[in-house]
Amino acid sequence: MTGAPAAVVGVLALQGDVREHSRMVAAAGGVAAEVRLPADLEGIDALIIPGGESTAIARLARLYGLIDPLRRRIESGLPTLGTCAGMIFLASGVTGESQPVLEVLDMVVERNAFGRQNESFECSLAVDGWEEGIHAVFIRAPLVESTGPEVEVLAEHEGRPVLVRKGNVLAAAFHPELTDDLRLHRMLIGMTGKDREG
Amino acid sequence: MEQGTTKGRATGTYRVKRGLAEMLKGGVIMDVVTAEQARIAEESGAVAVMSLERVPADIRASGGVARMADPARVEEIMEAVSIPVMAKARIGHFVEAQILQSLGADYIDESEVLTPADIAHHIDKWAFTTPFVCGARSLGEALRRIGEGAAMIRTKGEPGTGNVVEAVTHMRRMNDEIRRAASAGEDQRMALARDMQAPIELVREVAELGRLPVVNFAAGGIATPADAAMMMQLGCDGVFVGSGIFKSGDPAVRARAIVEATTFFNDPQIVAKVSRNLGEAMVGIEIDDIPPSQRMQERGW
Repeated sequence: MTGAPAAVVGVLALQGDVREHSRMVAAAGGVAAEVRLPADLEGIDALIIPGGESTAIARLARLYGLIDPLRRRIESGLPTLGTCAGMIFLASGVTGESQPVLEVLDMVVERNAFGRQNESFECSLAVDGWEEGIHAVFIRAPLVESTGPEVEVLAEHEGRPVLVRKGNVLAAAFHPELTDDLRLHRMLIGMTGKDREG
Repeated sequence: MEQGTTKGRATGTYRVKRGLAEMLKGGVIMDVVTAEQARIAEESGAVAVMSLERVPADIRASGGVARMADPARVEEIMEAVSIPVMAKARIGHFVEAQILQSLGADYIDESEVLTPADIAHHIDKWAFTTPFVCGARSLGEALRRIGEGAAMIRTKGEPGTGNVVEAVTHMRRMNDEIRRAASAGEDQRMALARDMQAPIELVREVAELGRLPVVNFAAGGIATPADAAMMMQLGCDGVFVGSGIFKSGDPAVRARAIVEATTFFNDPQIVAKVSRNLGEAMVGIEIDDIPPSQRMQERGW
């Protein structure tokens, strides 16, 4: 595949740990492009919605007309990864809240499900089909309350889903971008068909 | 690993502490005194609020000893919003910090805005589960705080003035010193560490990264959307706004404008658009009009 164009991975850059995701994309063989306005979605092969404050990200996305264009692109097959706030943003509902979400992943999530920052933690998690587990960093993290029938649960923490996939959409309650584990970013780039390493 | 299993769960690690600050990047953290102000901040798109007894402009105006906020006020604010709640403790006052940790504050700001409790020692921040943010005017000061366990840094600026000049000075100085560290050879780094009175391991880390090893926000005097965008263009990771919002004519409108200017800091058309018709900014103070003994940035070392 040498010489093939690299996958361009848009990173939603309204707020959050954009730099960490961009670093992971580059290390996994892609090219990161920051997305702040609808026009920035042109020419991207995949999308990452980073960790951050979901209320702040959702508010800016609504204000700058990103909700509908994002939903259209993801529903028409754009490979997408959301971490933490990104997982909340992709969900079809948030427990006890009415904040706007993309509703592209059939699941209900609970924000700050583990509690406040003093309860934030890191641990190793088993992932379905992976020989080696993943080191997962949970920061004021959400949990998945319930999933629709087509949502595949790839990892759980204490019996609750924390890594899920449905077709082209992948969501983690934790932050692979705060570690050096490139496997989820490689999986995302692999979905574009422009996987130069594969 | 077997499906469904978890190993080695650990809270309060340095990665978990720094991690929350990473999530706040590109955002605005707003000073609030009441639950009502906290709700306005959250609705305006703040990524976190900072709970304190009085905003810096009022501390400056009324004088006296400024302390940690009443725990009942901090708890009311934690109840009122779903975003992270930070709270200020006095420099060196480890018991105020213990109280804030026990309340469940998400970050503790060991802050020069309050009256220092110790003239020689900052808090040993490694002893806490709750992460700390500290102010700095230079790379050496930032690395001393990181050496004590701070998981986030902000410029000191000159709080409560509505005058951005000191925040700019501190950010530019830090950028210059980071560039100097990055261009120094290994044979020069110990001398650099000695000159800036910083731990050598952290000087090496800065030299290799080309930036601070933790998130670095701007603070101290930011009052307008243009101030926030300027600090972002100078390379900071986000902004704190203290008195600038709730001492202005229309706090909600100004708060929203500063949030948008922080996200779109490189787009002058958007910064121009959000800067229109904001009402009165807070009244500013010339730094030269403040006697040196009353300059908050001189507190700590």
